[in-house]
Amino acid sequence: MNGSQLPPLLPPSASTISGELDLLFAYITAVSLFFTVAIAIGLGVLAFLYRRKAGDPIPKQIHGNTALELVWTGIPVLIVLSFFFWGTDLFFRMRTPPADPLEIFVVGKQWMWKIQHQEGPREINELHMPVGQPVKLTMTSEDVIHSFSVPAFRVKQDVLPGRYTTMWFEATKTGTYHLFCTEYCGTEHAGMMGRIIVMEPNEYQAWLGGGGGESLTAAGERLFSQLGCATCHGDQAGARGPALAGLYGTDVQLGTGGAVTADEAYLRESITEPAAKVVAGYDVIMPTFLGQVSEEGILQLIAYIRSLGTTTEPSEPAATTVEEADSE
Amino acid sequence: MSDRAATPKTASERPPTRRRRSRYEGDVPREHYLNVAYGLKSWLFTIDHKRIAILYLLSITAFFALGGLMAVFIRLELLTPAGDLMTSEIYNRVFTLHGVLMVFFFLIPSIPAVFGNFFLPMMVGAKDMAFPRLNLASWYIYSLGGVFTLAAIVAGGVDTGWTFYTPYSSTYSNSAVALTAIGVFINGFSSIFTGLNFIVTIHKMRAPGMTWMRLPLFVWANYAAALIMILGTPVVAMAIFLVAVERLFGVGIFDPALGGDPILYQHLFWFYSHPAVYIMILPSMGVMSEVIACFSRKRIFGYGFIAASSLAIATVGFLVWGHHMFVSGQSIYASMVFSVLTMLVAVPSAVKVFNWLATLWRGSISFETPMLYAFGFLGLFTVGGLTGLYLGTLATDVHLHDTYFIVAHFHYIMVGGAVMGYLAAVHFWWPKMTGRMYSEWWGRLSAGLLFIGFNLTFFPQFLMGYMGMPRRYHFYPEEWQVLNVLSTAGASILGLGYLIPIIYLTYSLRYGPIAGPNPWRATGLEWTTASPPPQHNFEQTPVVTEEPYDYSKPIVNDLPAPGAGAEPKPSPAAPRS
Ligand code: HEC
Ligand code: HEM
Ligand SMILES: [Cu+2]
Ligand SMILES: [Cu+2]
Repeated sequence: MNGSQLPPLLPPSASTISGELDLLFAYITAVSLFFTVAIAIGLGVLAFLYRRKAGDPIPKQIHGNTALELVWTGIPVLIVLSFFFWGTDLFFRMRTPPADPLEIFVVGKQWMWKIQHQEGPREINELHMPVGQPVKLTMTSEDVIHSFSVPAFRVKQDVLPGRYTTMWFEATKTGTYHLFCTEYCGTEHAGMMGRIIVMEPNEYQAWLGGGGGESLTAAGERLFSQLGCATCHGDQAGARGPALAGLYGTDVQLGTGGAVTADEAYLRESITEPAAKVVAGYDVIMPTFLGQVSEEGILQLIAYIRSLGTTTEPSEPAATTVEEADSE
Repeated sequence: MSDRAATPKTASERPPTRRRRSRYEGDVPREHYLNVAYGLKSWLFTIDHKRIAILYLLSITAFFALGGLMAVFIRLELLTPAGDLMTSEIYNRVFTLHGVLMVFFFLIPSIPAVFGNFFLPMMVGAKDMAFPRLNLASWYIYSLGGVFTLAAIVAGGVDTGWTFYTPYSSTYSNSAVALTAIGVFINGFSSIFTGLNFIVTIHKMRAPGMTWMRLPLFVWANYAAALIMILGTPVVAMAIFLVAVERLFGVGIFDPALGGDPILYQHLFWFYSHPAVYIMILPSMGVMSEVIACFSRKRIFGYGFIAASSLAIATVGFLVWGHHMFVSGQSIYASMVFSVLTMLVAVPSAVKVFNWLATLWRGSISFETPMLYAFGFLGLFTVGGLTGLYLGTLATDVHLHDTYFIVAHFHYIMVGGAVMGYLAAVHFWWPKMTGRMYSEWWGRLSAGLLFIGFNLTFFPQFLMGYMGMPRRYHFYPEEWQVLNVLSTAGASILGLGYLIPIIYLTYSLRYGPIAGPNPWRATGLEWTTASPPPQHNFEQTPVVTEEPYDYSKPIVNDLPAPGAGAEPKPSPAAPRS
């Protein structure tokens, strides 16, 4: 079909899960086709066989048949459960990032995607990434809800203001793919399109190098001192705020009792809404930085705080639980 | 009737004599609900459920026409990949208006408010609804909601989509959100009152002998829909009202910048709006049961299962709203539960389809217009329901959510299913409501056009959706143009299919042959009285002694419909063995 005028009827399949998702889609389609055709043929045959003819006797009035009802209730139940089990199994794998993904940060705003790489480069409406390596996105929005959708990878995740959502994918083919915003977000919603550019790892490295700019951690460190965080969060004993080194991924004891894992969501909340969860042994003296620092800035601060964690042994990347915890 | 010597032996036999037919042949003036009084006042202050139904019929038709016009603009714009017909501001207002009008002002009221109002009291053998004044009030409330929504158009329109997702609707949109939200909020009360009236009428106003298991399935279906109306509507009304409150007074409810939670809105909205899809489809399913039984001359197969499945849908339907939120950031474990419940709620719908097919078995089927619409419903609803399973399946929904696949799915259900059912109802009960027959030829033609036009419009959208084309896009990448052109071409056929009935039905009001009380020779109390029915429905309160859909007995008022369908002459020879 490629040479002709007609466009292809399937989107490119370019991620580790897209093949299996197509297979699942094909399975549901096969079952659906079977039932559609069976019902259509059944309808046609019945309509033909029992069409009214002159002198038809009055049809025998049939009340029903319980055994038959149970059969045609039971069989569909089994079939839909098979969809459910396969679909859920694949979904859980689609939602759980493998260990050590390449992390990239996304901020959506009306009407563009702002993307930051750890190493520094930033881009708008384009995401460069390497093939064959899992990529995990941590995403938030500056205004309304958007949705990050890459049909070629068969993935999609809403991007919410005021909290982080995550998604991951691993490309299997280099190339350029569509990126869409699929949550209606206002006037230029349709213009919130972009491109995912999947490159060979060495090309990606070269691209990163050429991108320039300070790394995310360095930018975070600069903000950290600019905003005066360091005045309270110094390393010296007796500082007014808790030391942040080694914080990421550990369990923080709260003043109200209980504990919370210091993941991205917690760090973000500590900066934007310090009074929400107060560390045990400290007073609520930290001012809110909501509105004083952009969403990108917060991501940089978090990157910096995470980098401090390397001095102590960071526990499991807590990120896998972020999206689970955030919207209960 | 009972003193008639012999029960008829053949399905098409016409036992009544020519003498009785003549009673309806001439335009003999007789008092009925339409001619008891004339003038605007007699309509605007009526508390007759039949007249209120006509008021609804006129208003929803007007909203349908306006919503349809918006659809024309959408399809014209999408003919080309570039956004060249209108600006994005306007396009977004157009599709929002289309959705708001079609869902809240046409489809939700459609069958319940028109045919439920008209026939539910007649079917249970009552003179009117339990609360006739409340019934009239609900039409006024509906109209007031409509006025607010129309005012919102004049005030610059609204661009949030019919779903009003926050915080776009509550904070960011520069359009008349509050006016529209108040319109939809007010409109919700008309639904609640109609539902209340239905439930009380069904419980309290049944004629002697009309036991629960003798209720026509149309009544059961509306009973289930009414339960949803009164339990669900308050929730969406409040949610949309809260959007207006946040917008007007800056109270932080949904906008995180004000300390609110945008996902909360989605929960509240879908808690109603998923069940609401059953408000739209259940009454249509009720129509199916009436029409299929009548035109195959058979008792409905599995009456109890069909009635019970309506209630099952109404109950389990309240527990699946989270399937609209699989990619919203909702917990994956919550999604898992919503997914399995969604799968299960699809099964009762399948059970109904199987029972309708089984009703055809060994019937004596004829193909008048209402039956053609019923067949159309069966085909399109099957596709719509099955594609719902792709969306209930977690992994596939991630890919399909918010693409044209969703658009295709819900149009197959809501237009292919619910509107086909609505048109089946229009054609089935038109002779009863107006006393006239419409042109059968034109009726069949438009049923055919609608079926073809519908598939051509919406089937390509499944393909677009799988390719990834997002919904609510004003312009799109070029590779999807072919499919969009097909869709627009189909939409023009579809539009024609909707125009034709408006013309021949209107024409029939004056020139249609007199229908007589029971042109389809159907069972059911509404057919035992004259057409159009007298003001109080029945000359005497009916007493019910029979099971529903008993097509083996002589049919009350059995008279052929003049000009309706092929009426085979009874031939004494060759009874089928
Ligand atoms: C006025 C002093 C002060 C300033 C300035 C300040 N903080 Fe804090 N911060 C605190 C105190 C006190 C706490 C512990 C109480 C609490 O949780 O609110 C804290 C808690 C935190 C925590 C949670 C620590 C944990 O162990 O769980 C983080 C993360 C944090 N601050 C980051 C920042 C960042 C980033 C900045 C700069 C943008 C900043 N803080 C500025 C006083 C301050
Ligand atoms: C037969 C069983 C059905 C199943 C399994 C089903 C499943 C679904 C699912 C899972 C979605 C959400 C998809 C998404 O947003 O990603 C959905 C959307 C939708 N369905 Fe169904 N559905 C069924 C029947 C119906 C019926 C009967 C109607 C209407 C009469 C309907 C109307 C809709 C609408 C309007 C939407 C989209 C709402 C929007 O986002 O604007 N569905 N369906
Ligand atoms: Cu968008
Ligand atoms: Cu739903």
